[in-house]
Amino acid sequence: MMEFLGKTSFDFIGKRNISFVISIIISLVGLFAIIQMARGVANMGIDFTGGTSIQVKFDKAVPIADARKVLHNGGIAEFELQEVKDGNKLLVKLPQKSALAVGKAAEIVPAAFTKAYPDMKVAVESTTEIGPSIGAKLRKDTIIAVAISMLGIICYIAWRFDFKFGIGAVIATLHDVLAMFAVYYLTGREFNLLFITAVLTIAGYSLTDTVVVFDRIRENLHKDLKGSLHKIFNNSINEVLSRSIITSLTTFLAAIALFVWGGEVIHDFSFALLVGIIVGVYSSVFVASPVVLLLEQRALNKEPGKTGNTQPAKA
Amino acid sequence: MPKGAGWRIALIATFVVISCVYLLPTLSPNLPEWWKGILPKDKIHLGLDLQGGTHLVLEVETAKAVEGTLDLVATDLEDTLNSKNLRFKRVSRTGSDKVTILMYEKDTSAEVQKLLKDKYRDYEIVPTVEEGGLVGLALRMKEQDIQDRKDKAVAQALETIRNRIDQFGVSEPIIARQGVNQIVVQLPGIKDPQRAIALIGRTARLEFKMVKEGVSPTGGAVPEDAEVLYEKHTDPTTGATTEIPIVVQKKALITGDLLTDAQVRIDSQFNQPYVGIEFNSLGARLFDQITAANVNKRFAIVLDSTVYSAPVIRERISGGSAQISGNFTEKTASDLAIVLRAGALPAPVKIIQNVTVGASLGKDSIDKGLMAGAIGVSLVICFMAIYYKLSGMIANLGMVLNILYLMGAMSALGATLTLPGIAAIVLLVGMSVDSNVIIFERIREELRLGKSPKSALEAGYDKAFLTIMDSHVTALITAAVLFQFGTGPVKGFAVSLSLGIMINLFTSLMGTKVIFDLFLHKGNVKKMSI
Repeated sequence: MMEFLGKTSFDFIGKRNISFVISIIISLVGLFAIIQMARGVANMGIDFTGGTSIQVKFDKAVPIADARKVLHNGGIAEFELQEVKDGNKLLVKLPQKSALAVGKAAEIVPAAFTKAYPDMKVAVESTTEIGPSIGAKLRKDTIIAVAISMLGIICYIAWRFDFKFGIGAVIATLHDVLAMFAVYYLTGREFNLLFITAVLTIAGYSLTDTVVVFDRIRENLHKDLKGSLHKIFNNSINEVLSRSIITSLTTFLAAIALFVWGGEVIHDFSFALLVGIIVGVYSSVFVASPVVLLLEQRALNKEPGKTGNTQPAKA
Repeated sequence: MPKGAGWRIALIATFVVISCVYLLPTLSPNLPEWWKGILPKDKIHLGLDLQGGTHLVLEVETAKAVEGTLDLVATDLEDTLNSKNLRFKRVSRTGSDKVTILMYEKDTSAEVQKLLKDKYRDYEIVPTVEEGGLVGLALRMKEQDIQDRKDKAVAQALETIRNRIDQFGVSEPIIARQGVNQIVVQLPGIKDPQRAIALIGRTARLEFKMVKEGVSPTGGAVPEDAEVLYEKHTDPTTGATTEIPIVVQKKALITGDLLTDAQVRIDSQFNQPYVGIEFNSLGARLFDQITAANVNKRFAIVLDSTVYSAPVIRERISGGSAQISGNFTEKTASDLAIVLRAGALPAPVKIIQNVTVGASLGKDSIDKGLMAGAIGVSLVICFMAIYYKLSGMIANLGMVLNILYLMGAMSALGATLTLPGIAAIVLLVGMSVDSNVIIFERIREELRLGKSPKSALEAGYDKAFLTIMDSHVTALITAAVLFQFGTGPVKGFAVSLSLGIMINLFTSLMGTKVIFDLFLHKGNVKKMSI
């Protein structure tokens, strides 16, 4: 039998003060990222802000500084330039408020380059133009979609386990989501529709690990009615630790292939998945279960007569 | 054979056959004739992000359609009042739902009111408050009628756009209504997206108006019944455009709906393309009368408020054909002919979303996506084979079944495969072995407790069942939400993901189990390769 981990007995729950601090910091950064997005200062994709983005391909490399000059000379006052990872490609983003009407930008940008470099082959690889109403609708839809899926998850887990587990699962999921926002924000990646797709996928996927741990906790709670909650939770996590890691590892392997070989369009998307998968394992161990334990202990403390097996949490 | 294995194997095999049958049209483009008759021919469609193409969302400015209708009512009413010798100051559309008539006397007002009641039964008639001793009456369109007009405008716009695209020649376009006033247009594999977009988005309202002579277009005061429009000239060598202002009468004498045909022709003298148009009988009669009455005057041909040309009428033109010349290239002339044949849009449309992916980028995406998929699958297969040995191979077999079923199901549903969709499939590869990992780990635990392989297997599947169920349901919840709110590539992702999750549930709980059962059913297997 090949095993990465033999029988382990880490004191995960005992480390919860440390892990809570880490998680709270990550979540706060994530929240900050969302606030920055709402204020419009984060790197937002035009799916949400509206505007135009054009990917242009050249047969020779064009330095960004030169491209900037060319576009200015071409009469485009406001734009953002981004280099695309492979090939001699540039991504030009024009904000909504710039005077260019939808439909015109796709002609003006390549025209500016052709004028500046008459010998160069300039090809427009893709154009995306989003009107302001679509951007606004998408923002609203996104919030609704995230809210509905969270609500669906909390209801399902609450029905299958109990309400405390439901809370634990949702807090862990929210944590994963916020962590993805945080990492994306800190690495300066673009928040777009594909990112939101990755977030919702991870929201569903990261629950797998959480459910595996919860299942074991519940099983052990039924088996062992006398033991301390602290110990039962710890043992349960240790028992399922290797499968939590391996299930994530297999998905991680698939996602890393997308990240490395999948091409520019889904590069950032697969990056988000990778982050989500890693954070998902962490949160099922360090966030979901400790939160449930906290809730269980509080419930027990309120009804002192019921059982006497609570052990005070280790600091 | 273990009990119950027979029908399970049969079920799995049946699904394999069905999947292959559905997949065949996707994999091989040339199927024999007999296949096409009875067997499925739906394919997995490639999304626009993979094959290249343009996705447009158009918003029909429906309020303009209502205004257009009211403008017509106003013109018509003006003519009626004139012909009945009723004195009025002005008839015009006011606001977005009214036509207001301003009169000098109460008596006229009473008479007009009677006439309105008779002629415009569908409208509400309301008196308006006017200053300076004037009397006002307003015709107001009912809310229900406004909605109907708007609804019809979107339907008409959709039909017109479909006509234009058909004539332009795009294979397998998708043109559909979305929401109240939006139209979605998908043009797969289109070579010249800018031209197509221009063709679709153009209102194409053709009008013939008389040029108002003796009024300077730049000199300020333009009479109330006239307007300044511009004629654009593009220099063919430098590409520079100049605009020449022309004062024309507001009232259009002939409009584009009186056309029956428009064709590109080549001027034999200058070798310049122009568009020859044919009027219907009413149009021909009007054209004949107008040209007869206005010899040696200038006539402006106006399309969407831009003057195309303003030739002098040399002689009376009967026979119902005319030509529109301007600085045309062959392409622009043929596009103009298309929009004139297909007719004008009932209201202007605004392009609110345009996603265009070039064919080369699409090709690149699909190549890389498939490559990454193959590598991802190999990585997972290797890992499972090394870590779980023979059992891992069974899990891998289950995964291959999963992919086959998923592709078959997508084919059968005629689903669209997008790049995120490929990502979803790769992700599913990872997730599909997850269920097996959960089961295997459970089996290992049972084996450690000293159970025989057979009972460890049973216990492993039993105890893992609920866990697998739970994790799949939660993943399905989010996939369903994505499906509901996503568009385009995201929807493709959600389709692949939701189908994959359901199929995975089947293969992990049924598919791989039956293979284990076959190996272990005798109960005398001492060691399990896990």
